[in-house]
Amino acid sequence: MSACLDTIVAYGLRSIGIGERLLPKRDFTLCEHFTLIGSGLLWNLYFGILAIFFGFFLANAIAMAKANRRWWLRKPAEWFIFIFRGSPLFIQFFLFYEAFVLLPKMGWDINLGFTEITVETRWLTRAWLGALIVLILNTTAYSAEIFYGALKSIPKGDIEAADAYGLTGWKRYRRIIWPTMLRLAWPAYTNEAIFLFHATTLVFFSGFPAWRQKGDALYYASYFADKTFNPFVAYPILAGYFILLTLTVIAVYGAINRRLNRHLPQEARRKLRIRPNVVR
Amino acid sequence: MFSWCTDPDTLEGLAWLSCYLTTGKHMAFYRSFGTVMVLLLVTAPVALAFGFAGAMAARSHFAPLRWLGKGYTAVVRGVPDIAFFLFFVIALDQGIEYLRHRIKCPDWSEPIRQGNDFVVCPAAKMPLSSAPQWVHETYGFALAVITFAIVFGAFAANVLYGGMRAVPRAQMETAEAYGMSRRQAFWRIMVPQMWVYALPGLGNLWMILIKATPLLFLLGVEDIVYWARELGGSKTSAFTYPHPDWRLYYFLALLVFYLLLTRVSEIVLDRLMARLTHGQATSGAKSGGRAADKGLAI
Repeated sequence: MSACLDTIVAYGLRSIGIGERLLPKRDFTLCEHFTLIGSGLLWNLYFGILAIFFGFFLANAIAMAKANRRWWLRKPAEWFIFIFRGSPLFIQFFLFYEAFVLLPKMGWDINLGFTEITVETRWLTRAWLGALIVLILNTTAYSAEIFYGALKSIPKGDIEAADAYGLTGWKRYRRIIWPTMLRLAWPAYTNEAIFLFHATTLVFFSGFPAWRQKGDALYYASYFADKTFNPFVAYPILAGYFILLTLTVIAVYGAINRRLNRHLPQEARRKLRIRPNVVR
Repeated sequence: MFSWCTDPDTLEGLAWLSCYLTTGKHMAFYRSFGTVMVLLLVTAPVALAFGFAGAMAARSHFAPLRWLGKGYTAVVRGVPDIAFFLFFVIALDQGIEYLRHRIKCPDWSEPIRQGNDFVVCPAAKMPLSSAPQWVHETYGFALAVITFAIVFGAFAANVLYGGMRAVPRAQMETAEAYGMSRRQAFWRIMVPQMWVYALPGLGNLWMILIKATPLLFLLGVEDIVYWARELGGSKTSAFTYPHPDWRLYYFLALLVFYLLLTRVSEIVLDRLMARLTHGQATSGAKSGGRAADKGLAI
């Protein structure tokens, strides 16, 4: 038991560079499996939470742009959604990584007139920033399509009622359209959040190198599976962690869903249904 | 390939490019697009079969079978699919070798798991170490297909289960009134009717399957991602066709390939849906006329 505590102290935060520098090499214990894979989960949480947070605001803007009458707002939004939803996330990771690597070589200098600065692009090739940007753009596209669909299915009566009350412009959007859209989109958006967390496992398998063996949960799970040539321990542990994570996401989103629907009569409330919308 | 390609060093511009793009390695690159299409065309029906079995199990009146069907879909959906891919490729391989070991070498006394090694008798190796290269490649590809089918079968099971439940209850009651047994009613009434309800979900799955194909790279198959990395990397003057790091352009080409594939699939699926649901009150039919409401004022 105390040996396991030592392991947790040594490797509990290994994925972010705190603790023992060298990974265990042989005679892996179950405790080491649980600790390291759990420590890698920090990265999945980091990518998932930040991408969902930034993606949410961007997706609102893109969905509004796609629903706009003006073509110069609509077309770019449609293309953005098409490109990021129509291609695999795996390819997007590779593409962006290569682009981020090439940027500094092309000499991306900005001339400010009196002085020249070279844009700091070095960080973009690191997973913590580069992969995060890709994930944000990707989830933005998927969520924007969900929000757009919800915008389209807002009952006409709701909008007519808002007009009748004299609500216009921003006020009508803020008080009527946006809350209704969110309410309608929420079940599908929950799915999106779940599968975004799953997609974060792709990061360290797609171009972005794990710097000093600081990787995510799947990175450590495959490390163990490679070393022991036994997939029957590491991957089930990873699966257990992710099922817990999925249940947490469902609980959090379910609570928000109840709040969004709190004004509706009990039987009219839309229940969360988890549908497949997996690999991007 | 072309007659002027004998001495690439003297070539320039388009002539150089035409020779560069027709080298043997590039031909292998183009063939790997075929690999992806074969994977798609083989996996889709196999996954559908897995899904059908899963959906039938989930509807079963025999409780353990029902738990198995529901558990299968629940677990696959709760866990990142890439973890499944990495897991099944090793697990299937070891499982097959273990079975063959048991059958072919019954009097082998050493343990199979020795520390960090998985040791079976030479006769049980899969494929045999003496087998030609194409057998190894085909075996790897077959493992990938089964892995994809297991994962996507779970999603298909979910869709088909929903499709079966969407068949109007009155249809089944009528079948019972005509004296059909449960089995007859299932095969003659429910199965023919469920497809139209399941089609939107299956179409969605097809798109997801397309976008999952680059994961073949992680399973060790020489697919388009492998060749894009291989060919795109910078080549020094030691090579016949030296060039700087062009991986960006190769991945752009892959991106365009996938965009075309998903776009064409989308159009075909929309047409199919419109045709099959013509005059029917299903959710697929209702979503028609999408082009008409573009730019609707909200």
